[in-house]
Amino acid sequence: MELTWKKRKKNTIIPGFSLTLGYTMIYLSLIVLLPLSMVFFNTISMSWNEFYETITHPRAVASYKLTFGAAFAAGLINVVFGTIIAWVLIRYEFPGKKIIDGLVDLPFALPTAVAGIALTSLYAPNGWIGQFFDFKISFTPLGIIIALTFIGLPFIVRTVQPVLQNLSSEVEEASASLGANRFQTFTKVIFPELLPAILTGFSLAFARALGEYGSVVFIAGNMPMKTEITPLIIMTKLEQYDYAGATAIATVMLVASFVLLFVINMIQWVTNRKFNQQ
Amino acid sequence: MAKLIDINQEASASISTTSTKPYVLQEAAWIKWTLITISLLFLTLFLFLPLVSIFATALSQGWNTYVASITEPDALSAIKLTLIVALIVVPLNAIFGIAAAWAITKFSFKGKNFLITLIDLPFAISPVIAGLVFILLFGAQGLFGNWLFEHDIKIVFALPGMVLATLFVTFPFVARELIPLMQMQGITEEEASISLGASGLKTFFRVTLPNIKWGLLYGLILCNARAMGEFGAVSVVSGHIRGMTNTMPLHIEILYNEYQFTAAFAVASLMSILGIITIIIKNIIEWKAKNV
Repeated sequence: MELTWKKRKKNTIIPGFSLTLGYTMIYLSLIVLLPLSMVFFNTISMSWNEFYETITHPRAVASYKLTFGAAFAAGLINVVFGTIIAWVLIRYEFPGKKIIDGLVDLPFALPTAVAGIALTSLYAPNGWIGQFFDFKISFTPLGIIIALTFIGLPFIVRTVQPVLQNLSSEVEEASASLGANRFQTFTKVIFPELLPAILTGFSLAFARALGEYGSVVFIAGNMPMKTEITPLIIMTKLEQYDYAGATAIATVMLVASFVLLFVINMIQWVTNRKFNQQ
Repeated sequence: MAKLIDINQEASASISTTSTKPYVLQEAAWIKWTLITISLLFLTLFLFLPLVSIFATALSQGWNTYVASITEPDALSAIKLTLIVALIVVPLNAIFGIAAAWAITKFSFKGKNFLITLIDLPFAISPVIAGLVFILLFGAQGLFGNWLFEHDIKIVFALPGMVLATLFVTFPFVARELIPLMQMQGITEEEASISLGASGLKTFFRVTLPNIKWGLLYGLILCNARAMGEFGAVSVVSGHIRGMTNTMPLHIEILYNEYQFTAAFAVASLMSILGIITIIIKNIIEWKAKNV
């Protein structure tokens, strides 16, 4: 009712509003919302004690710590190197730049299982890179961080790049003519402009890393309490037909995802408002 | 129009001045080259070496072994199943993407931003959960489990379940590319077309589609790459029946866990070629879009 009223008020002559919006709502409900609501329905049907015990089981708690910690570490690594890469790709000219720019998207285009086995064998003790290290990388939390860094890199680079591109050179000129050196201009003028994009990129990469499964299961080693990520716990419970347990852990992950989604929207909202005020 | 040209001139002007930027606006050469070196080293360790190692391992036992590993029956059936899933999923999500973008960008209504957030939702959800929800709906203990069993319909551990899980995971791709693009283009052209007497469909095919074709194509290839490469969600609902419900990523996992590394990397190399082609098409599209 509300919707048709709004449409009439707007009085547009373009047809297809009810058809396309109706189709969008039905398809969205059938493919995403209805299936997703199953998680909450199944959780509600569990007793509180059963639910609480499942989600606070030491093995589950260890997996939250590992998943959050590794996703956070990978996000930080990507913030540093992703920003440097975005900077280099926008500001400098060097041979092979076009190809490198294109390859940054590789983690988006490469199936996660492929990335998983490739990274595992590279960073294994006898692998091309692993052999140069005295300590194990594959099959340790370090390996998980590497896989999550791989997955998250394009999120940071691709959100920082356009902001850096559109940064007007006047502000840098103003900063320089007021006597700031290059380092001061970067930390005081450029970096604050990049910060919302970096935060958005970090949150996107972090959200993706929390749920990542394909690239991590190969390199993690999957030792309970040590290198078992939360999505794997869901998987294991499913394989044991413990649907209730899997659902309870999934609820924890979903809540974390929703909180992150909210944070991302907040960052964008605040940035847009600031932008509009200027 | 005039504004666009203005921006272009400004852009080209700024490009031509980059080389002659005053020194206060440039970093010292050693900083520049250190940053470039750091970038290249990082990308080598995390992107290039993994990519190279896939092909090196795949071909390590020679060309004949390589061809044999990707033409054995299980591999072929995995390739076939992957293609079938993508052929069903990509068009369905494309139709949805176009419909959603039309509704969102051509009309104003309450709750639009919330709808956009809902469309993006699958990006924020673990693929394992995407698979789990369909088990909860259609699995043996699921909501419709008994009914499906009585009517002898298989959804989970069969093709329909894998299609549903892949639809969920790749849900936002096309819509996400089209919404910002069509938002930018506005509604004046469509309004002109309608007021000159064209039907809605004709307006879409003659006016809107030519304007959004590159964005649509970009959405399609991204959706396709993810649909073919999806591992977690499909792994949950597939049941891992070799030669029956194995897609290429699942086949890679089985081979790898059986220590058939060369064969695993051979199938992985096929998927990497798909990924590289996706990136190349993406760059061609971006180049085309810039040079219209």
